[in-house]
Amino acid sequence: MKKIFTNARLVLPNEEQPQDGSLIVEGDRFASADDANNDEGGETIDCKGRLLAPGIVDLGVFAIDKPAFRFGGVTRAALMPDQAPVLDLPAMIKHNAVEGKPDLWSHPIAAATKGLEGKQLAEIGLMQRSGAKAVATGRQWIADSGIMLRLLQYCKSLDLPLIVHSEDAGLTAGAVATNGETATRLGLASATAAAEAVAIARDIALVRETGAHVHFRQVTTADGVGLIRAAKSDQLPVTCGITPAHLLLSDIAISDFRTFARLSPPLRSEENRLACVEAVKDGTIDVISSGHDPRGPEDKRLPFAEAAPGMAGAETLLALSFTLVRDEVISIGRLFELLSGNPAKILGVEAGLLQAGYEADFILIDEDAPWQVDTRKMAAAAGNTPFDGLPVQGRVTAIYKGGRAY
Amino acid sequence: MTSQKTASSQTFPAGSDAFPHRHLLGIAGLHPWEILFLLEEAKQWVDLNRKSSKHANKLDGLTVINAFFENSTRTLLSFEIAGKRMGADVVNMHAAQSSIKKGETLIDTAVTLNAMKADAIVIRHGSSGAVQLIADKVDCPVLNAGDGRHEHPTQALLDALTIQRRKGEISGLTVTICGDVMHSRVARSNIYCLTTLGAKVRVCAPPSLIPADLDRFNVEVFTNFDEALKGSDVVMMLRLQSERMNGDFIPSPREYHYLYGLTRERLMLANEDALVMHPGPMNRGVEIDSDVADDLDHSAITEQVEMGVAVRMACLDILTRKSRGVEGWS
Repeated sequence: MKKIFTNARLVLPNEEQPQDGSLIVEGDRFASADDANNDEGGETIDCKGRLLAPGIVDLGVFAIDKPAFRFGGVTRAALMPDQAPVLDLPAMIKHNAVEGKPDLWSHPIAAATKGLEGKQLAEIGLMQRSGAKAVATGRQWIADSGIMLRLLQYCKSLDLPLIVHSEDAGLTAGAVATNGETATRLGLASATAAAEAVAIARDIALVRETGAHVHFRQVTTADGVGLIRAAKSDQLPVTCGITPAHLLLSDIAISDFRTFARLSPPLRSEENRLACVEAVKDGTIDVISSGHDPRGPEDKRLPFAEAAPGMAGAETLLALSFTLVRDEVISIGRLFELLSGNPAKILGVEAGLLQAGYEADFILIDEDAPWQVDTRKMAAAAGNTPFDGLPVQGRVTAIYKGGRAY
Repeated sequence: MTSQKTASSQTFPAGSDAFPHRHLLGIAGLHPWEILFLLEEAKQWVDLNRKSSKHANKLDGLTVINAFFENSTRTLLSFEIAGKRMGADVVNMHAAQSSIKKGETLIDTAVTLNAMKADAIVIRHGSSGAVQLIADKVDCPVLNAGDGRHEHPTQALLDALTIQRRKGEISGLTVTICGDVMHSRVARSNIYCLTTLGAKVRVCAPPSLIPADLDRFNVEVFTNFDEALKGSDVVMMLRLQSERMNGDFIPSPREYHYLYGLTRERLMLANEDALVMHPGPMNRGVEIDSDVADDLDHSAITEQVEMGVAVRMACLDILTRKSRGVEGWS
């Protein structure tokens, strides 16, 4: 079964700008470009000049929330092990791997330690056999450096990336915000932003020791990106990511005790935010993900310190990330490296690129379509976004998973 | 009393313009004339409270709920007395006896209190921002009696009233606040109140108990108490919570006393007529020595308690004026 998508602006690998052209899909895979001339048979679909980009691979979500993913153009989501119960057994990986099929593929991430308690290694080899593509420490740091070292040795031998949360738990104990004028004014327990650099520095030292691939899921400070930049120039196998919230908001957003802006790691100062934007620009940051974590009023309509951290981010991920293109921080080609290509590469799946032989996961986008973020009208399971009321541009008009429209 | 009322109406805009706020959630954001108006209004109640019959009937028939989600003896008592002297029916709700322990959310509690048709709710809660959260859900005025480390506005007002009565004008005075500033809502409200009224505020604390970016609050930050005291007109000591004394933040009570305790010798470093204050309850021998606390030439500590009742009477009066249909307060 062949499908030809004509009149599209294709976001191709290693091209900064979209290229006019057609795309051929054979079954559930992209066919080679050479076949483009040979358009005998098959169905032709006119894309009407829309942007055709690889489907978003959302690395590190906390819930499989299909309506939000569909709205946001997410075709694959890597599910964090912080579930109830924790994804620390092979059976749970197997169960969650089929959760969204066929239109959404979920890649459950194996818990690094039993119960994510940071004390005993989980059965990551068996979980890999059940389909886990990566291992994660969850929402917390592993404080015991001995466990961390053995974990990395293990991950290295299994060729699995370890996705880590970078906040030194001793420094952040009890904190719900970053040290600064806003936290002091609100009287919120806060911690130094240096908690991130402390954690990253240790993990880089252990990467140097073991050679394991560590992905720092969210890097949010100038010192944090600085350490990773240096590690990359030393050819160490490290990658890192960020969410649009940390690129677009500073800690002022928590003023008035806005629990929708309570995130983990917490929002940082404006200086740190700008350093992160710079790190996206210079290539230090590899991934932009949503950290999608829909939370209802029972978790968010509480005093700030008692509210759960996290935001519903999947449906705003593309539109918010597009502001980086409009602000001329990055090109469209680079944007989809961050949203699709790099996360797929970290997971080791043949997806995230418009490339022959790869899974035909792609989206059509009207990148100028204006809309307004509205917590009351979200597709997500809950509307906890700190961007309520923000006018944005860019909307997914069609989503294809494995060559089929959904 | 009547003449004072005339004086206050001459000084401040008539009617609700003098205090155009529905709730009293904090001092931050209040204008100096609004704070001065509250203080001016409180003075009549100081006079009343010194008479043998202490009853005003302004709040007759109104219900005031004191909802205390955090243990308190003094503030609760002070609000209860204030409400009763104004003629209101006062009901106290203690968290220990409430359904909060049964897992009810704060919002549900707020909705329940609202359904009971209170005319004012006084709230204390251990979490910063909790009082505002409730205030957004109820139809009556809400008074913040302390939320987490955020604000304790009536404490700052009673402190300002005490200073005003003992020192006259607050503007131009040098006030030193010393103690656990990081965890203190009293310190925050006092910093806002005193800087707004034009005092020079110094803040002194062990480095482990100074909140981030405090120097951006229009105050001078010290870690050496002796330096901070020099030239001070008012010395305001904060209570050191016992759970902070065990080595997490400071090594021991005796080391704290050595570095930050207000002793007679230290007090000599301040101005000769310096006023000593403490929000209570005091840890005698830790943050303040008894002979300083009990020295009536300097200490205003019991007077603070007295001013507390008057300030709270004024706040209850002013915030309920609209619902009582007082002329000009629509």
